[in-house]
Amino acid sequence: MSTARANRITPYLFMAPAAVIMAIALLYPLGFMVYGSFRDWDPSQSIGETEFVGFKNYVTLWFDPAFRESLSVTLIFAFSVVTAEMILGVGLALLLDRNIRGMSLLRTLFILPMMIAPVVVGLMWRYMYHPTVGTFNRTLKSMGLEGVDWLGQHALLSVIIADIWQWTPFIFILALAALQSLPRSALEAARIDGATAWQQIIHIKLPLMMPVLVVTALLRLIDAFKVLEVILVMTEGGPGLSTEIVALRISRTATEFRELGTAAAMSNYLLILLLLFTIGMFTLTRLQEARAKRLARQIQEDE
Amino acid sequence: MQERANPAFYALLVALIFMAVGPIFLMFINSFKLDVDIIGGTTGLIFLPTIQNYETALCDLLWYEPDHLDFCSLKFGGAFINSLIIALISTALTLVIGCMAAYALVRFNFMGRDTVSFTTLMVRMVPPAVLLVPVFGLWNNNFCIREDGFAGMFLPESFFGRGGESCLAGTHGGIILIYVAMNLPFVIWILQSFIVQVPRSLEEAARVDGAGPFQVFFLVVLPLIKPGLAAAAIFTFRIAWNEYLLASALSDRDTRTVPILIVNNMSEFNVEWGVIMATGMLLAIPPIIFTLFASRQIITGMTAGAVKG
Repeated sequence: MSTARANRITPYLFMAPAAVIMAIALLYPLGFMVYGSFRDWDPSQSIGETEFVGFKNYVTLWFDPAFRESLSVTLIFAFSVVTAEMILGVGLALLLDRNIRGMSLLRTLFILPMMIAPVVVGLMWRYMYHPTVGTFNRTLKSMGLEGVDWLGQHALLSVIIADIWQWTPFIFILALAALQSLPRSALEAARIDGATAWQQIIHIKLPLMMPVLVVTALLRLIDAFKVLEVILVMTEGGPGLSTEIVALRISRTATEFRELGTAAAMSNYLLILLLLFTIGMFTLTRLQEARAKRLARQIQEDE
Repeated sequence: MQERANPAFYALLVALIFMAVGPIFLMFINSFKLDVDIIGGTTGLIFLPTIQNYETALCDLLWYEPDHLDFCSLKFGGAFINSLIIALISTALTLVIGCMAAYALVRFNFMGRDTVSFTTLMVRMVPPAVLLVPVFGLWNNNFCIREDGFAGMFLPESFFGRGGESCLAGTHGGIILIYVAMNLPFVIWILQSFIVQVPRSLEEAARVDGAGPFQVFFLVVLPLIKPGLAAAAIFTFRIAWNEYLLASALSDRDTRTVPILIVNNMSEFNVEWGVIMATGMLLAIPPIIFTLFASRQIITGMTAGAVKG
């Protein structure tokens, strides 16, 4: 009897520390943020002293051109890095999917960019983009060409390039893992039937990799909305608002403009956007699972 | 089973490695150059290497006074120690708490299990920037111990600063708490896929021999999921070591971490490239070491974390 009761409490004992910490430091703050977003809130006030303003913060933001600008910068940034990284990463994986010497060295060195601090990535690229001492302009000038105003005129593009450098390896490694776990029999059959390399890629490899690729792209997309430090160090959001992503704007609204209520409403907008993407990802994986199950059943019935 | 490949592939491999490592190598080289050499434009490898930049960065840890410095303004050594304390403690806590939770989610059927597992998945997508405002507000105003309150009676008076209260903001504990919370969902997620693979019969055998649930967990399950633990530890350490935004909101002068110091130095008017590169290199060294020694675990963890995502 007592062992039965002990067994019933055990899972709760194992779960308790994690549940308590996540409740105190994640869920409570998130609720607090939603609550604060309806208030006129100054950092010097505690939340009890603030005034309830209803949806004022949300409405102001909706019609605020600066916020809209930073929202569109964020979307452009996120979608262009994910597109470029998917094409490059999957392309490289298809090209390099063979047993050649040096692959494991490449994989090891390839994950370096994502392991080192975003702050450090930002400072390396800020140095390389520097108008006079930077590597790129120096190389261009030594070849007799004009220097490019990387972090000025082309700031968003430069930031996107830095992110592509850092995160293409992520896609590459996941795509390579997916490729190497494909059923050998299907590829073998295609080769015997005389399919060219291109036909193999388009009709067999890509469709079979698709489930993994979709999840990878969505994971990367959600992560792309978290990027902040690289851009902060490289451009601080400038020049003007050209690289000010929403995350950066939240931090500036909170610390420079000292409007915590508005910053909270902004965070909430970002959260809702990400929630939509996450729900999209869930539905897609569920659909794929259902499809895989149906196919498996069909095959069984055929036998 | 090596295939004989076209030399073009080797050229491509070399080019890719050069692109991935080039910027890091550039930073490494520049951290040993004087500012004169960096700005003067003697590109290439011909220069006199100096550790002066590292001396400037670590001046508060050195036992001697470097000749070129009159005054130690960059308190980098202290920040380095803060970063180490925060990253190591939060990694250890996240791992212990996270693998217990993952075990419960995989092996037990209990009320609220689906809710917990769903919540864990959903909070994984929350960006740190979203947490900035509420965490700043709560850690400064709500998560405090007041001297005249209940808990205050058990603590010495010296524990409380001005105003008779002591808050979570500005302490190592405050930063560690948010890092543990931020990393838990990911660690639970990754470890679940490793725990599923542990054969149930092993656990049952231990139970028959009279081991309690905690003994089964610590003595049987944990040793079997070591690769998963290594991967989870590296990812947690990486976040805690590299994070800037929340640390900058929660730390004060004594608890500053390295990323904060680097960003503060960057935004100053006159950038001293050599010293900046040296501090960047110091911040990058631990992750680089992990990568070189445990790349296999990192790749396994990455695939396990994504494929199930």
